[in-house]
Amino acid sequence: MTDRTWIWIAAACYLVGVVIGTVALLRHRKQPAGTLYLFVAIGFALQTVGLYIRGLEVGGCPLGNTFELFQFTAWSATALYLVVGVTFRLSLLGYFTSLLSLVLSAVSLSVPAWDATRRSDVFGGNVWIEFHAALALFSYGVFALLALTSIMFLLRNYSLKNKQLSGAFAFLPSIRDLDTISVRLLNVGVMLLSASMLVGSAYWIRAIDTVNLSKLLITVAIWIAYGGAFILRRQGKLYGKNLAWICIGLFIAALISVYPVNLSRRGDEPPPVPFVQP
Amino acid sequence: MSKLEPFLFVVGATHHTAPLEWREKLALNAAALPRLEEQLATLGGLEEFAILNTCNRREFYGVAESQATLGQLCTVFCEHQEIEMDAFSAMQLRKTGSEAIHHLSAVSAGLESQLVGENEIFGQVKEAYAAAQKTQRVGPILHKVFQKTFQAAKMVRTQTGISEGQVSVANVAVDLATTIFGNLSDTRVLLAGAGEIGEQAAKAFRSRGANDLTVASRTMDNAMQLAQTLDARALPIEKLADRLAYFDVIVCATAAPGAILSHSAISTAMQKHPAAPLFLIDLALPRDIEASVAKIDNVYLYNLDDLAAISEENKSARTAEITKAREMIAAKAHHLWENLQRRREASN
Repeated sequence: MTDRTWIWIAAACYLVGVVIGTVALLRHRKQPAGTLYLFVAIGFALQTVGLYIRGLEVGGCPLGNTFELFQFTAWSATALYLVVGVTFRLSLLGYFTSLLSLVLSAVSLSVPAWDATRRSDVFGGNVWIEFHAALALFSYGVFALLALTSIMFLLRNYSLKNKQLSGAFAFLPSIRDLDTISVRLLNVGVMLLSASMLVGSAYWIRAIDTVNLSKLLITVAIWIAYGGAFILRRQGKLYGKNLAWICIGLFIAALISVYPVNLSRRGDEPPPVPFVQP
Repeated sequence: MSKLEPFLFVVGATHHTAPLEWREKLALNAAALPRLEEQLATLGGLEEFAILNTCNRREFYGVAESQATLGQLCTVFCEHQEIEMDAFSAMQLRKTGSEAIHHLSAVSAGLESQLVGENEIFGQVKEAYAAAQKTQRVGPILHKVFQKTFQAAKMVRTQTGISEGQVSVANVAVDLATTIFGNLSDTRVLLAGAGEIGEQAAKAFRSRGANDLTVASRTMDNAMQLAQTLDARALPIEKLADRLAYFDVIVCATAAPGAILSHSAISTAMQKHPAAPLFLIDLALPRDIEASVAKIDNVYLYNLDDLAAISEENKSARTAEITKAREMIAAKAHHLWENLQRRREASN
């Protein structure tokens, strides 16, 4: 089986999770946490196999095209859910994670152009740059989960403000728990992204002429935006629904930026090898 | 209508007939109640009467010579409350004869309560009867009606399941608190008002794990007494505004004539911990908390109507029991009415 086949099967597992969760929501039943967790875990394992095969093929962390970047982001978010979901007993987060991973997987799998070219040895054998990229993408996974908990926060806030507590709203976690998780995710995400920037900058300083300016500007802008949200939250100036909206908006912006960043890299590197299906 | 009607009547306004804003205007201040009773006692043709005055009810039960007497009673009440008679008429509850008996029985059994099946109302009806007895406003007819009503209400509560589940305001409020805070063990709860409903709410919070309780009351003795019962701290109500920021949950159940927590007071408190949610439960009528407070970020304000609406959602599970209870009440009320008619005819 090819790497993409493994990832297709993983997406099917996420789809099963979404179907199970949607049925529970429509019937106003509690999310079957154990079943959801199982399907997300199986999907994660299969996605890991797919990405591992791709990694062997490209000779490093598979972060060479838009498809791989989307896949790695979904994989990171799912990995975090498997830890956070157990810690906080967030069954509804499992549903949202299945949905996010399904959407990211399905979109990236259904646009062949995003995976038409595969870059081998993208990082030129430099493990630090590879580490920098992996850290950055992993922080995007954290921010993906933060966007999901922010959506749940907004739904819970809406239900409490409008006195609508029955139906699907009844299964949302408490607003204080959601705020706690969101703040922790923001802290972890900013730390990972900062570490990634630190590692990257150590390389850039030594070889400034190799820096892709567009990529640098976009990455720094996202880092500053998340860093700003982090500082304002610590100062008590940004919180509640405003923080939630900003976290959702920033993740959408970060996700959208993946494509132009990846596109801009093409001019800096040797032409990639078109992928031919074996 | 029987030839003996309308000798027995009930007139007033409840949550079924009047919205919250109007119930606030109709609320009878405990201090002013004796003056109204004295005014009613001088009404010609009003043989007996008792006043049921709760958060959601202003009901006058009585025995009158004619419908005109009822009109006079309403005029006195409207003048006392400084409201237009037309406005009161539009939201008025008025029942006579067997319907009045049926209504009192249903009220006592908790079938007419906002939270159907709740138990507090039974005690409140008993208190209204005891107060009327003390001032000698109750005569033989109302005495019999109240006594038989209490028997019927007790029977309904013991023989049906209408009181099963979360049917008290206190329990609904605590359930709601868990959707805001999750675990309540580290939430700091303030109870403003040392009355029965507030005490029930405080006990419910305590039973669900809230360890940090404070009682504030206009009368410090009352606050200290209740605080001792609940193993809580006591706070003079004058210091409430300074200490607001300390609390996560504030339960207001005072008998104050107006709001004790203003928008600006809550805003100021929230500025100290803007990211921490604040749950405000207003169990008082007139309301203790300004309604505009609900617009502040991270503040969740619930009043009696809101809690009742949540409880209503749980009511469907008890629908069969409520139907059974209503049938029992109807049969008992009919029986009592016929009994009263026979007595009246015999005495004539």
